[in-house]
Amino acid sequence: MSGLVIEREILIEAPAEVVWRIITEPAQMSQWFADRVDLVVEPGAHGYLEFGDQGGPVVVETVDPPTRFSFRWNYPPGEEPVAGNSMLVEFTLTPVGDTRTHVRVSESGHELRDWPEAERQRYADEHRDGWVDYLERLGRVAAELRSG
Amino acid sequence: MTAQADDELWSAIGDPSRRRVLDLLVWNPAVSASWLAGHVPFSRQAVSKHLVVLERAGLISRRKQGREVLYQVEADRVDQATRAMADLASQWDRRLGAIKRLAEAAHAEAHEKRDLMARRASDD
Repeated sequence: MSGLVIEREILIEAPAEVVWRIITEPAQMSQWFADRVDLVVEPGAHGYLEFGDQGGPVVVETVDPPTRFSFRWNYPPGEEPVAGNSMLVEFTLTPVGDTRTHVRVSESGHELRDWPEAERQRYADEHRDGWVDYLERLGRVAAELRSG
Repeated sequence: MTAQADDELWSAIGDPSRRRVLDLLVWNPAVSASWLAGHVPFSRQAVSKHLVVLERAGLISRRKQGREVLYQVEADRVDQATRAMADLASQWDRRLGAIKRLAEAAHAEAHEKRDLMARRASDD
């Protein structure tokens, strides 16, 4: 699903175990993420993130310390999040030597469930630049359309 | 967390086949569903469904011309989608920056403590 992803990365001057704690401990999460974090970091756990007067439920998917943590959010109220109705946020931590950690975060989602895999992969390959580039391109064309 | 309106937006453009329909509309203003169906590898019914979702997300609009219904891209909404997407990416940049500061501060503090304890131990 390479065509449907936002991906960002950063190199941190701290070991993966330290970075892992910052990313997954609710008390730490409230310092870089949501204003209030009500979450147990265990696979399948349901929690809640509060952002000012907004907020929403999250469901933890993968917890594999200190390398992988993922959760789903932005799904319709009353439904369970699955591929196709939610956004998946994934953190991947890779140790660089003993004291540094490379962190990649990706947010992807709303994959089409009933789309044949071969066709999906082919389209993803054709659009491997992802949403951001897709929309940048679309935005440029739209601006030209409007001014033209 | 994105608002409900953005949810519809991501859902609309997250689907590869809908992006293909939207691509066609960007490059071919004011075309019919039948014309679109002739240019994609899926059925006329699927095209109709995709048009409904794109229209609900505000990315396209329709108008009647004679007996035909023609579809066109809503440039303002596409612009808005572009900005929202860039926002989402920069939100993650900000969050990663904050994680870096917190982790490096925690690491430096642990180091200082260890150095301090090592000095005390050697003083004894």
